[in-house]
Amino acid sequence: MKSFTVLQGLAAPMDRANVDTDLIIPKQFLKSIKRSGFGPNLFDELRYLDEGQPGQDCGTRPLNRDFPLNYPRYQGASILLARENFGCGSSREHAPWALEDYGFRCIIAPSYADIFYNNCFKNGVLPIVLDAQLVDTLFEAMYASEGYQLTVDLERQVVVTPDGKEHTFEVDAFRKHCLLNGLDDIGLTLESADAIRAYESKWRQQSPWLFDVIK
Amino acid sequence: MGGKTLYDKLWQNHLVDERDDGSALIYIDRQLIHEVTSPQAFEGLRLAGREPWRRDANLAVPDHNVPTEVRERRGGVAAIADPVSRLQVQTLDDNCRDFDIVEIEINDTRQGIVHVVGPEQGATLPGMTVVCGDSHTSTHGALGALAHGIGTSEVEHALATQCLVQVKMKNMLVRIDGELQKGVTAKDVALAVIGEIGTAGGTGYAIEFGGEAVRNMSMEGRMTLCNMSIEAGARMGMVAVDDTTLEYVKGRPYAPAGDMWEQAVAAWRDLHSDDDAVFDRELELRGEDIKPQVTWGTSPEMVLPVDGVVPDPAGMENESRRAATERALEYMGLSAGMSITDIRPDRVFIGSCTNSRIEDLRAAAEVVKGRHVADSIKQALVVPGSGEVKQQAEVEGLDKVFIDAGMEWREPGCSMCLAMNADKLGPGEHCASTSNRNFEGRQGFGGRTHLVSPAMAAAAAVAGHFVDVRDW
Repeated sequence: MKSFTVLQGLAAPMDRANVDTDLIIPKQFLKSIKRSGFGPNLFDELRYLDEGQPGQDCGTRPLNRDFPLNYPRYQGASILLARENFGCGSSREHAPWALEDYGFRCIIAPSYADIFYNNCFKNGVLPIVLDAQLVDTLFEAMYASEGYQLTVDLERQVVVTPDGKEHTFEVDAFRKHCLLNGLDDIGLTLESADAIRAYESKWRQQSPWLFDVIK
Repeated sequence: MGGKTLYDKLWQNHLVDERDDGSALIYIDRQLIHEVTSPQAFEGLRLAGREPWRRDANLAVPDHNVPTEVRERRGGVAAIADPVSRLQVQTLDDNCRDFDIVEIEINDTRQGIVHVVGPEQGATLPGMTVVCGDSHTSTHGALGALAHGIGTSEVEHALATQCLVQVKMKNMLVRIDGELQKGVTAKDVALAVIGEIGTAGGTGYAIEFGGEAVRNMSMEGRMTLCNMSIEAGARMGMVAVDDTTLEYVKGRPYAPAGDMWEQAVAAWRDLHSDDDAVFDRELELRGEDIKPQVTWGTSPEMVLPVDGVVPDPAGMENESRRAATERALEYMGLSAGMSITDIRPDRVFIGSCTNSRIEDLRAAAEVVKGRHVADSIKQALVVPGSGEVKQQAEVEGLDKVFIDAGMEWREPGCSMCLAMNADKLGPGEHCASTSNRNFEGRQGFGGRTHLVSPAMAAAAAVAGHFVDVRDW
């Protein structure tokens, strides 16, 4: 996993509430057996005017010019400003894969769906929760000034606006640690292998019907 | 100190280690695996040179991509027409063989939607922690299990370590007291709850469903209810163990038998919230007040009783809500003030992990028996949740009822719930669907989904528009 320390980047809008993971990456692209290459199909049904198919060359597809991510001013954005309950619905990790592959390393929204929020951290993407009013202010400032850049400092847990104002955000200590260091959390869990074995042997005695049945 | 909730007990029973930062290592008893969210997890194991921690904790079954059309299905994996789907199902077969994981293959009678198969085979049991790379894993909470969906990284994590790093959720109780009206089902209860608290209302919570109406529900009904807790934002929904649970589990292929059964039952009897348990949030609905529900928009919270009218955004003060309503009406091709009963579906879909169990098919069959699908309906699909559901339905003659009514009787799979196989809506088409999500494009590019119960879908198929099944 890529580490996340300080990110300075262009912000782009996804200005609607309850953006579901079907909208982030439609189901036909879930047929891939790979982890990469989802970026061209991020928000596929909004970005293009036709129906996308897996394996298609997106360079030749008709673009929806009314969709903000297609505006020249948002090209190269790495921070996505979003609204309430972002990432609701399906547990597909293809959603953060698509966001990351497109170039988004950070999302800022008032709230997220639980599974999506968790999935982001596994993929070097930082989902930041800020107060809804503050997110509103950021949207307005971004719309008002082309090339609107934000700085996100994970170590200090602050979002810095172009005028130098700092807004703090909360992040779970373990997730922060993994993200800062780009750590593979399977390796970390396996450091507790003895504890897992001890638990397992006790649990097997208590609930033997849960073991060796499917084989 | 107050007593424990069911969720507290399940959490405590599976706690391997607690960390100073508030996270915990939770042991996973069962992982269910399907073809869509597992290939990258197996690939991750391969790249890291890791093996599954405990092979017998896993059970795999293909469901999302499998064709449901009888002829295409007959040829097994090799006959799947879409090469991308075929590769994904083939990859599941290959991975299960390489990692020695038991898989119920495409044309095994036990095959079906993973959330139908798990309980049906006794592969998911009361008191378990159950995970699957699918958000509707919440279904298994109906058995008194702690069950939730995970992403692919966690599929790999659970395969490699038999654990997940978790932060404990808050407790929410949803109590449905009183009796449900005739024709009102668990699906209507689920939609009514979502209408009440919204699709983010359960975010951060584990929901326990309780109250008289839930106690009186069959296991199929409880599964429907828990299945849709994710649509209320809660990763997990659950129902306490009672005699209904035990009767359902007893005799299932992977369930304990003999002395082991008695031992298990003794442990499972404790799987309920203590009388003095404290919930962080409680919601109460009266069963009698719940009417058959129909979604009109592009989020499950955009739902109304069947006698309602499509809302008018003009009167809405909340700007974000007004914008969402306007956009939904435009996408759905509906106008404010229109009666729900004037909406005319083009297609009907009875199936999905929400509503494809035997009880669902019986309810739909009862409605269409001796009647015929309206001429305006282009297609009415009935897709049983598993091969065993299909067999049982055929024993009861339900397949004939559907076929005589002009409906299509298919092979088991996820089908038109998410249209990863050939079953999908065309642009602009309305569908009366017993599935769980009415998101834009969910059932096909430009498709318009209306979520309803099986009886309501069947009635709409016959009438050609939504009708109140209480008057049927």
